[in-house]
Amino acid sequence: MFVAHYMASGMGGLRTSGDLVARMQFTKKMRLNEAKEYVAKKLGVTTFEMSDEQIMRELREELRIGVVTGVPKAPRGISAKMNIEDLLGIKMNSCEFFRSLINKR
Amino acid sequence: MTEYITRMGDGRTVTMTREQIYEDAMAGMADGADAAQVPSLSDEDIEQIVDIICNKNRIVAVERGHEVILTEDGGPHKFMLDSGSCCNGVEMGRIDVMETIERGIGFDTFELTTTDYSIKPVKPIVGPEMTAMQQAAMRLTVPCLYGAMPNMGLYYSPDGAHLNPADLMREFRIEEAQQNAEAAAEQLTRDIVYVSESMMSAGADGFNFDNTASAGDAEFVATLRGVEQLRKDYPGAYITMGMAAENVLGIHGEIEYDGQIVAGLYPNDQVKLCEKAGANIFGAVVNTNTSRSFAWNVARAATIVKDCVKNSNIPVHANMGMGVCGVPMLETPPIDCVTRASKIMAEVACVDGI
Repeated sequence: MFVAHYMASGMGGLRTSGDLVARMQFTKKMRLNEAKEYVAKKLGVTTFEMSDEQIMRELREELRIGVVTGVPKAPRGISAKMNIEDLLGIKMNSCEFFRSLINKR
Repeated sequence: MTEYITRMGDGRTVTMTREQIYEDAMAGMADGADAAQVPSLSDEDIEQIVDIICNKNRIVAVERGHEVILTEDGGPHKFMLDSGSCCNGVEMGRIDVMETIERGIGFDTFELTTTDYSIKPVKPIVGPEMTAMQQAAMRLTVPCLYGAMPNMGLYYSPDGAHLNPADLMREFRIEEAQQNAEAAAEQLTRDIVYVSESMMSAGADGFNFDNTASAGDAEFVATLRGVEQLRKDYPGAYITMGMAAENVLGIHGEIEYDGQIVAGLYPNDQVKLCEKAGANIFGAVVNTNTSRSFAWNVARAATIVKDCVKNSNIPVHANMGMGVCGVPMLETPPIDCVTRASKIMAEVACVDGI
């Protein structure tokens, strides 16, 4: 059923920019179109292009915000999320938690 | 006259003419508008629904640019659990499943869950769950929540400390039934705060309260109070409240949240209380009637959800698992209906996500 919903109406998560739009729905309670416009502006693409795998695959690698394929040295997980924080101008609890674990010198 | 292949609410394949599909969609819409006291869909909306159902392709999809956000419930256990019903029974690690779904199935968010997917059973294993949460938060890139059902039924005898209101009401001990529901609700709120804040302290991006109000109105109030506290203590928490059914069962009957009796509320009113408590995303539910057609069910769901979306200030995600929001009630929901219901919710009901 996951696959059927993704095929029918999903934004694509890490394959495109769905995780970023979801973050703005959560962080700022933005409705769908507002969240898409906010993220598209930060990415420098249109709201149509942000669901395009061909465009987003390269852009995500360039911005170091996590890619869906196994690219050596590409950030993913917490390192990608810290770059997403900077890109979207938000704070995430997972990143705040990670920073709290580090003994800063 | 041309016949179109469609289904009933239990998933059985049937054939109907376009006129029959139209009539069923109109009847479903009227039933939904009456039940939730919301406006009917427009003629254009109904025509669009009928066009989508009559599309001869096996699967359908939204137009490019109309994509919506996908959130989910049940987490890795939808894949792992062998419950004899709806899960796949694949034996693998939870975080492995989460990465598989993040990278292989294109979901926009995900959540960590435990086998016994309720607040109360998490309490005695909260330490190992926090360790798993920490690891999941490090490894996933998409928003990573912890998820559990409030499931207040576990607080009543024989599982819990409080007498079961349903048993008491059978004996006409109404006041005692209400007192026990209120006491169970207080305990549930404390547990919600304990479990959800433990997970936030271990790196969760937020918490998904799934199947909210499954035990009725007192559970809904208990969850709203828990969400209120979580929001105060973790202002940045991602909080989803997904409902158990289309209306709140009045097991207590008189319990209130913020001065409003919650029994009988439909999604358009449920969402306002969830927003007030501090939720970021509301999961709207409309039940599927198995003896009615897919057209009847999906038009009814679109009618109720569209008004909820219109009157909400927070994103609304339609719950679209088996047996809700037009999806037929069976363990392997047919993809022809799932994709049609998905498109109808995205393009007719204009949801923010699914």
